Amino acid sequence: MDTFAALAHGMAVAVQPMNLLYALIGVFLGTAVGVLPGIGPALTVALLLPVTYKLDPGGSLIMFAGIYYGGMYGGSTTAILINTPGESASMATALEGNKMAKAGRGGPALATAAIGSFVAGTIATIGLAFLAPWLVDFAVRFGPEDYFALMCVAFVTVSATFGDSPIRGLTSLFIGLTLGLVGIDKLTGQARLAFGIPELLDGVEVTTLAVGLFALGEALYVASRRHHTEEKLEPIRGSLWMTKEDWKRSWKPWLRGTMFGFPIGALPAGGAEIPTFLSYSTEKRLTKHPEEFGKGAIEGVAGPEAANNASAAGTLVPLLTLGLPTSATAAMMLAGFQQYGLNPGPLLFAERPDLVWGLIASLFIANVMLLVLNLPLVGLWVKLLAIPQPWLYAGILVFATMGTIAAKPSVVELSMLAGFGVMGFLMRRFDFPIAPVVIGLILGPIAESQLRRALAISLGDPMTLLQSPMSATLLGIALIALLAPFVMKGLGRFKANED
Amino acid sequence: MTPDSASSERPDAPASRGVDRAGVVIAAALAALAGVLVWDSRQLQATTMYGMGPEVMPVVIAIGLGILAIGNLIDALRGNLPPRESADPRAVWLILAGLALLIAIIGFGGGFILATSALFVTTSAAFGRRAILVDLGIALVMSTLIYLAFDRLLTLSLPAGPLERLL
Repeated sequence: MDTFAALAHGMAVAVQPMNLLYALIGVFLGTAVGVLPGIGPALTVALLLPVTYKLDPGGSLIMFAGIYYGGMYGGSTTAILINTPGESASMATALEGNKMAKAGRGGPALATAAIGSFVAGTIATIGLAFLAPWLVDFAVRFGPEDYFALMCVAFVTVSATFGDSPIRGLTSLFIGLTLGLVGIDKLTGQARLAFGIPELLDGVEVTTLAVGLFALGEALYVASRRHHTEEKLEPIRGSLWMTKEDWKRSWKPWLRGTMFGFPIGALPAGGAEIPTFLSYSTEKRLTKHPEEFGKGAIEGVAGPEAANNASAAGTLVPLLTLGLPTSATAAMMLAGFQQYGLNPGPLLFAERPDLVWGLIASLFIANVMLLVLNLPLVGLWVKLLAIPQPWLYAGILVFATMGTIAAKPSVVELSMLAGFGVMGFLMRRFDFPIAPVVIGLILGPIAESQLRRALAISLGDPMTLLQSPMSATLLGIALIALLAPFVMKGLGRFKANED
Repeated sequence: MTPDSASSERPDAPASRGVDRAGVVIAAALAALAGVLVWDSRQLQATTMYGMGPEVMPVVIAIGLGILAIGNLIDALRGNLPPRESADPRAVWLILAGLALLIAIIGFGGGFILATSALFVTTSAAFGRRAILVDLGIALVMSTLIYLAFDRLLTLSLPAGPLERLL
């Protein structure tokens, strides 16, 4: 399909007044929730899923595009102003950004983050628009065994390769895979791990798991170590705007950050941590002001922020074209699709081009809205940051449970939510990454059905996995990625947990 | 709260720490989970003629969990777990009590407003607030507004109890 025609068509969908309004609401809510300390983009999307229950799929996905980018942006505001990054991808931003805020340059730090996010988001979305049709053409030829192998790569890279400890990462993944087994087996109709409880026949709800692990787990964890941390909100002093010098020092890091972020985000390797830290160390090496690094260098905010946003758009490439989520946030987006019975992948491009291209076009619009909205509204975001901690977390828990109460007000479902909360608390305490659990739950059943389909076609011969060159290569990559962390030390610098 | 509360108070020596008891508990839990998977898969019937039936994947995952249980056990025996800070069990129990209250109120038909207000007050107390009555007032107003917004504007039905019927 001609990308320009498709994109123009998508634009026509996205600029309909109702859809513009959805995008605006999405950006606003996404930023407002994402700004709250301790809430990362994955939880932002999970918390706001109930808001979209009643919308049509098109409008809801457009709102998601806004929530996705808004949540990202909100996270960097928190990182700059109170040095508590809501996700590890904002850690690099917090390094220099918080120092800038302490030095009274919070305004320019927020501005370079916002404009850098806009530049990177726009370039990366163009990349997405051009890369996606090409990948879709490629992906149509994928057999079920190739999909299964691809998912194995994603499983290994998100859990083992880049984490602190491959053992703990894989443990998280396998807990997620176990949860994915719960419910009726789609091929034979038999119940697995349901223990006769009717609510379990439908399986574990992704939003229940994510909200439990991220929101309840985080609240319990922060409450348990309240006496250890002191958060300090840096007031914004001086001008909000960037000086000529700031612009001169920012534009190259923006572009370099984009170059790191988009390709790495688009690979099924997952996460924005690697490109943000690569960008940070690159800027630190290339800067003409090395003495400022560690004390608030604007390059150290501009580069990682651009990388973060570009990789967020990059993650949408495997999500939309292959149905493969490679971060907890992407997994939540996939859950958003699934609530309408939509499965992202090559088929969706063919069957619902208006939906997919409308979503891609909305990403451009959401980017513009963020730029226009966020700097003027920064005062409002700062007020949200100033909510006292007890009320903040009490409010977060009310909103977190509300989603489940609205969707399924049953004692079983709420008990599962509380149970996942305890699990999230223990995982944080014992340093198990959270994202692999969510990805295991959502991707495990898909991987299983692809494998079973492949084996049914080959009449039960497992060699089919090695006979397809694609699948053999991918399984080889997965094996290398699994063994690499045991052989090489030091990959663990790039922490892969996203919460 | 956590099974390690005794061991976590112990100062962490940098190298060659002793057995981490919490780690052993985690390893045992993983092994138990693997056992449940295998036990549950035995009641499944292998109905497919070709390929794999529904009972294969649970066993594969159980094997993985078993291997990971051994890996976690080795880490725990060597004391290789990352150091932990002391935790405040009171705060954790307060929030869990709030969640239990919420579930009980929803279960017995007490409605959304009372349920979420209970959670709000216990959570804010867990974070060190002492003004329980003030917080209760805030919680009631907030949850009433949320209820009205969802019920009237978004037409999402939240569970109604005695308070909701007055609105």
